[in-house]
Parts: sequence; structure tokens; C-alpha cells
Amino acid sequence: MGKKVILIEDERNIIEAISFILSRDGWEVKTHSNGHDAVAAVRDRRPDLVILDVMLPGKSGFDILQEIRDDAELGATPVLMLTARGQQKDREMAERAGASRYMTKPFSNAEVLEAVRDLVGP
Amino acid sequence: MIGSRIRERRVISGLKQSELARRAGISASYLNLIEHNRRRIGGKTLNKLADILGVAPVLLSEGAEATLIAALREAAARSETEGRAGAEAERAEEFAGRFPGWARLLSDLARQRAELESTVKALTDRLAHDPQLAASLHEVISTVTAIRSTASILADTKPLEPEWQSRFHRNINEDSKRLAEGAEALVRYLEQAPDAQSEIMSPQDELHAFLEEHGFHFPMLEGEDDAARIPSVVDRSDRLETQAARSLARTVLEQYARDARLLPAEVMARAVAEHGPDPSAIAAATGTALPAVFRRLAMMPQAEAGPVGLVVCDGSGTLMLRKPALGFTMPRSAAACALWPLYQLLTQPGAPVRLRLRQGEARVLALTVSEEVAPARFDRPALWRPHMLLLPDPGPEAAGPLREVGVNCQVCPIADCAARREPSILGRAF
Repeated sequence: MGKKVILIEDERNIIEAISFILSRDGWEVKTHSNGHDAVAAVRDRRPDLVILDVMLPGKSGFDILQEIRDDAELGATPVLMLTARGQQKDREMAERAGASRYMTKPFSNAEVLEAVRDLVGP
Repeated sequence: MIGSRIRERRVISGLKQSELARRAGISASYLNLIEHNRRRIGGKTLNKLADILGVAPVLLSEGAEATLIAALREAAARSETEGRAGAEAERAEEFAGRFPGWARLLSDLARQRAELESTVKALTDRLAHDPQLAASLHEVISTVTAIRSTASILADTKPLEPEWQSRFHRNINEDSKRLAEGAEALVRYLEQAPDAQSEIMSPQDELHAFLEEHGFHFPMLEGEDDAARIPSVVDRSDRLETQAARSLARTVLEQYARDARLLPAEVMARAVAEHGPDPSAIAAATGTALPAVFRRLAMMPQAEAGPVGLVVCDGSGTLMLRKPALGFTMPRSAAACALWPLYQLLTQPGAPVRLRLRQGEARVLALTVSEEVAPARFDRPALWRPHMLLLPDPGPEAAGPLREVGVNCQVCPIADCAARREPSILGRAF
């Protein structure tokens, strides 16, 4: 059975494309598309990796990341942050909040695959 | 105010009153009366005094416009902070007196430059902080990301089942439509930028140019239902070029129309005829709160209420409305003098002040009161807007001692000032 990844992102077609390439790579992909209850969804699924968009309806990705890091059971989960803004400030915020890796849109599928394989070793 | 200027010049020259009187061939007590503006002074004596003081007689008789001098000093101060010293700021008055045309040109150029700088800043801020621009870009980038990812699936995945293939084709088609719309919206938005050919001003400057053009008075908004005319008044003005300035103007005029309904023109005219431009008496007689009375007085035609100035700031001390009068100068962009009683209301919004002020040669009576614009709540404090009304100085018997204040620190000659936040370039000269 493949490793579990949860993709928290609100763009329907990005969800579809990334789910497709990750599934083909052998991942078990779950998706979630709003900020409010994203942490609850992570708690339910207990994924090996979280892919988290910064701009989500309902709650900022940075706040969600903070809550994951503060949680005793989920705290160690690797988190790959996605953002449409490549500004230094955002990168620093993501690092401070404890992002394992940070990726700027638009990214290529190969970059996503490489990042998730790096973050979750075989 | 010839006398005050003679006195000021004499003090600068370090001459005693008796010495100047002796050399001019008049008595010391007569000169004393002249210096306190209690005797008129004409031709010969004026020329003689000007000669001894080493200034052009016209500088004593007419002085130079206070605002012009302040503008020149401000220009000199700016250029000195940028490391280009050399302008004789302490002789600004003399310069303005001798070459009024050149002085005006210089002050206009300095003002235009400051406006351009603030426009550049506003544009930079707009790129970095404009939420609408950020949202549009975010939309475009998200769509591009989806297209890129989907396109590379279509190109690289072999074999790709037909149902997946048609699904991703549909997605790409959908997203490329969204991308086209997003890009179009972005272009439309960027094209809305103010006309680059015309004079570029900050929205606040545009608002004030608009208000000055109307003399801060809008007879077409005085009637009962005239608030409906505000959009057309705003849209007709060619002083208001940007969306931001038009929105500021609408807010000011909506307030104007509300005030006019509370205190109609004929009520104000009667009240001023009976009480003079005395806001407390007018407020008591009409049962209206002081801030509205302040605004109505300041926005009446000068022929009816006399010269009346007004400054309004918000809780951060930023000046939102400036109507200069009586020679009292107000900075256009920089923060003003911390000694203005206006700012006392920031810490004590409920404690109005009535105080005589001296700013350079200008003497005014300042009255301040704060208006609560949003009530206190548990998630944020009450929001106040301090108002300061400027009226002609009634003298010490009527209103007590003077407080000396400045325009802003850079062009302020007051020495040993506890409120000073940066050095004055005039320090050496005074």
C-alpha cells in the first residue's frame, strides 16, 4: 500500500492534475479544499505528507501550518507549502512557521514529484 | 503688521530700539508705538528705517507671503537633508521680497517635485500592497499553474486513458478561458492608472485642489435633498482625476450635505450675524454639536463668516482636511508641529481647548474639539477625529496668553523646543 498524502488546495484543476500525477506515482491521495477544517482533515487521515496552499478560503495556510506544528501527534508530519507569491517575506514566514519545503507557483509536475519523494523517504 | 516686521528685523540686526530711533531721527517712544503697530508709518520714516536695517522698504511694508517663505525654507531643508547644502534658508524672506516671481517659481518646482515623489511612492506601494492587483495576479498565476500541470500530464503520460485525456483537455480549455479573462481584467485595471500626461498629484492633493477651487463652499449642496447631486459635482470636476481622489471628495461632500441639513445656510447666517463666528454660542443657540459647527463655519463664504481656518486629523495624527487661513501655515505632506493643540485631543478627546497661537507672524485663536466617528467596542477602541478651528486673534484680554507653535520642525525657528523631533535648518540664523 502506498504512502498517504493530503493535498489542501482550492483550485479544482490544480487538485485534479496533482492528484493524478501523485496517484500515478503510487501515492494514496486525499484532497481538501477549504481552510476552516483543514487541520481536522489532517487529523482524520494521518497522512505521511501534507501539501498545503498558502491562500485558502477560510484560513491562511500559515495558520494551518502553525496548528499542525503545535499538535503533539501531527507535529512531525512533513509539510510542502505552495504559494503564488515568491516574495522573500513569504518564504521567511513559511520557514518560521515550520514548512519542510516551499514551492512557488507555477511549478512543474517533475518538481512536485521530486519534492514529495525527497520529503518522504522510501 | 509693518511694526512687527520692523521689530523682527531690528532684533535680527542686534540693534537696540533707542539706537535705531536715534539713527532714524525719531523718538524711542514713537518707534516703540510703531513696533507695536499702534502708529501708522509712511514714506520717509519707512525708507529711513529700511535703509538702516539694510532691507528693501517693500519687505517691511508688505512683507512676503508667509506661505511662500515657509515653502522656500522647506525646499532648502529638504535639499539640505539630501546633502545639498548651500541655500541661504535664513534669508528666504529677503529673497521672496526681492524676487517674488523667482521665489514663487522655486516654491512651485519644489512642491511639484514633492508631489511627484509621493506619486512614485504611491505607485510602488500600489504594486506591493494593492489587494485588487494582488488578487488578479494570484488568479492568473493559479490558472497558469493548473494549465502547466495539466498540459504536461497530457504531453508526458503515455499511455493516457481516453477518459483522462478528454477530462484534462476539458480542464485546459476551461482554464485557458479563465486565463484570458484574468489577463484582460489585469490589463483593464492597469490601464486605469491616472493619465500620465496631466499633472500627477496624490489623492489628498487632488481633494484639496478641488476644495480650494470651490473655496470650500458648495451652494449646490445646501438644500434639503441636495446630497443626490454629490456624484455629479464630483464627476464634473477636472481636479479629481483618480478614483481614490473622487472617493475622498465624495466622503467630504457627504459630510458637507449632512452638516448643511443640521445647520442650514440661513440658520448659520442668522447665528453668525447675532453671535459672530463664535462656535460655542452658535452650538448653544442651534443645539448642534461643535464639530459640525466648526465645519459649517469654515465652509461658509468668507464674506459671511470672515476668515476661518480648519484642520481635521485622524487618530494617527494624519491631516485629513486642511483649510489654511489668517496666515497660519499647514504642511502639505509632512507631519505638523506637535505643539498644535489639535494633537492634545489624541490623548484627551473629551477635553476641548481654546488657545491663542502664534506661528511666525500669524496670530490666531485656535479652538479644538474631537468628534467620535465610531463608538467604542470590545474589539476596538472608539475612533475620534480631532478638529481645530482657526479664528482671528481676539487679543490676550479675551483669550489669555499665546502659545508659540511651528509648521513642522524643519522650518521652525523655535529654539529649545521639547517637541522638536528633527533639527531645524534655521537654527543657525536665529
